[in-house]
Amino acid sequence: QSASVKLTLRLICTTTAVQRKNAGASGPEKYTEAFIKKQIEEFNLGKRHLANMMGEDPETFTQEDIDRAIAYLFPSGLFDKQARPLMKHPTEVFPEQRKIQWGEDGRPFHFLFYTGKQSYYSLMHVSILSVINNASSQSNACYSRGAAQENLAGSRWLTKIELEEMLVEKMSDDDYSRFIRLLEKLVALPCADLEEKYIQKFSKEVPAQLQKVLIEPLQYDERGVAFSTGEGRRKTASATAVVYDNGTGKITVNGIDILHYFPVLQDREQLLFPFQFLGRIGKHDMVCTVSGGGRSAQAGAIRLASAKALRSFVTEKEVEFMRQAGLLTVDPRVKERKKPGQEGPRRKFTWKKR
Amino acid sequence: MLRSLQGLVCRSLKLDHGCALHTAARGGLSSVSSQDVPAENLRAVFHTSESDPAKHTEQHEGRLYNIPLEEVKAVFPHGLPYRFQQQIQTFNEARVMVRKPALELLAYLKGSNFAHPAVRYVIYGERGTGKTMTLCHVVHYCSRQGWLVLHIPDAHLWVKNCKELLQSSYKKDRLDQPLQASVWLKNFKSSNERFLQEIKTQKKYMWGKQESTEEGRPLGEVVEQGLARVRSASDAVGVVLREIKQQSHRGSFRLLVAVDGVNALWGRTSLRKEDKSPVSPEELTLVHNLRKMVRNDWSGGAIVTTLSQTGSLFKPSSAYTPQELLGKEGFDALDPFVPIPVPNYSPGEFESCYGYYLERKWLQHEKAHTEDGKAELRFLSGSNPRQLDRLAGPL
Repeated sequence: QSASVKLTLRLICTTTAVQRKNAGASGPEKYTEAFIKKQIEEFNLGKRHLANMMGEDPETFTQEDIDRAIAYLFPSGLFDKQARPLMKHPTEVFPEQRKIQWGEDGRPFHFLFYTGKQSYYSLMHVSILSVINNASSQSNACYSRGAAQENLAGSRWLTKIELEEMLVEKMSDDDYSRFIRLLEKLVALPCADLEEKYIQKFSKEVPAQLQKVLIEPLQYDERGVAFSTGEGRRKTASATAVVYDNGTGKITVNGIDILHYFPVLQDREQLLFPFQFLGRIGKHDMVCTVSGGGRSAQAGAIRLASAKALRSFVTEKEVEFMRQAGLLTVDPRVKERKKPGQEGPRRKFTWKKR
Repeated sequence: MLRSLQGLVCRSLKLDHGCALHTAARGGLSSVSSQDVPAENLRAVFHTSESDPAKHTEQHEGRLYNIPLEEVKAVFPHGLPYRFQQQIQTFNEARVMVRKPALELLAYLKGSNFAHPAVRYVIYGERGTGKTMTLCHVVHYCSRQGWLVLHIPDAHLWVKNCKELLQSSYKKDRLDQPLQASVWLKNFKSSNERFLQEIKTQKKYMWGKQESTEEGRPLGEVVEQGLARVRSASDAVGVVLREIKQQSHRGSFRLLVAVDGVNALWGRTSLRKEDKSPVSPEELTLVHNLRKMVRNDWSGGAIVTTLSQTGSLFKPSSAYTPQELLGKEGFDALDPFVPIPVPNYSPGEFESCYGYYLERKWLQHEKAHTEDGKAELRFLSGSNPRQLDRLAGPL
């Protein structure tokens, strides 16, 4: 019993790993092992109950199913996904904590405990050992010099925060940069592929390049005229445009000529912009349908749709030019919400002194 | 802002751009010295020196012809669109484009038999396509040919915004409009001076208790009477119309009745009587008499009318066909008629209008001189004459 008392006492003292940036708001709760175990049991039980409730098989109830069930049972309209109700395994919810570093007699387990940053220094030791071993075994199998570097080409090192999470120990910026330099030195050495597994622990794949937008090929209708479609949205208006080749520059919106549909010059200028930019004013015909929004929003939506449709007619370089001109970007501006206590989204009520 | 791909391309090929600038500058310098030559060429293409509408044929189509300013004042004291009058003032000349509908009308007029009842022509089309200008072209032709032209500039002016409404002394339930009538009489007098002396009245007319016009007096006297006594101006108008109609079939002169905005005669009015009840068009003397003129029960001339949505009351802005604008009553009254649609500019006409603006240095913007600028203007105006005119204004 005294041991457990001592344990709890000691637990309160060891606060190294609890206050951390990535632990979110560091709660005053210190999570004992028993507590975590209990949470895990409760979670599993709750998982089975939930599966039962949803009518699914408790044995094959995955985390995705849990998420879906919770979203169904507790629908929330909050914008912040992290504020919505959530049910996850306790190891994901409660931040990792260090177990007690010393035994009953007060003697620490790790030989580097009294350095203060035991995990960091042990890591440095191991890495340097591998460097030295590398240097010594230079004679064997040295052909794959740059292989390790190639393997690491599409990856990055762990960030300081990620490393801290891995070691469950805080470190300073200097320590971190020292470690990274050591890793790079290791990579630069010949015969580094033997240590590849070790290095891969500390590197992360950079996600693939920005998704390449597929440009659809031209379609041909019955008359043999090439055409392509595009869709666009602006504010609340959505438009679809079909651009035909070999045209005279006639544009029809919802069956009405643009001169009648958009009596305002500004809207017609918006429609003109993609064609003028590519220098193809009189060469294409266009038939569009648009709904929703007001006159300016509809004009913007048609502009985006026609620009997207014109991509198929045009070289890749020109597509890149269009993108830089802003013809292919969706305009994210929408009406801002009115806040309580204010008259509008930004306007406050008239301020009266008394 | 990146307005054009060409600009981007030029930026990447710096050398070429520099060269182009240089050559353009040199070209500009040279053009200053030999400015007459290109201007002459332009003139030849877009203008025609044929200022008699009688001689206009298809080869003049799309070209602009000049009307001398004195003629303009004589023939069109009223009736030209306001913007065109401003353009005349700015450019110091009156250039009218010869277009296909006008040529068609002129051909019909030339070939019409004046022994038969007068044929009615209705010019219709969308807003701003040139209906009034076509009418003015025809009026010019007829005045050149020596016809008596009865030109009502805008019938809508007679059915709306009338400040004074008098009860007619002639018929109890009709209403007079002295102001509008006197204005019209003044313009009519200035455009048809010689006819007023030639035509004689055939009946005695009493104006009120004391004044009267004897039989056989020249019509000019009736007009004077109307101008002097504003109260009886509407009746004077009625008398003039009746006399002219009765005498036209004799053949001593040809009569052209040109009404702009004829759909006003059969629509609704925005006028109200003193007891706030709405006035229908029949109750207005001017409208009543004009309706009689537009009926084809006389011979020896032609009736050319235009439909107009712009001044019309209580009609949607997308309406432009005779059916919609005239309504059932008007359509039946005007039926049968020869419809003449007026479309937007054809590519050739657009070119000539654009060339005219360029030549008169109306388009000052440097981009307006380029091909791209022309394409942009064509797109934005939709080849509509009015839109093009409005667009070219600020440039």
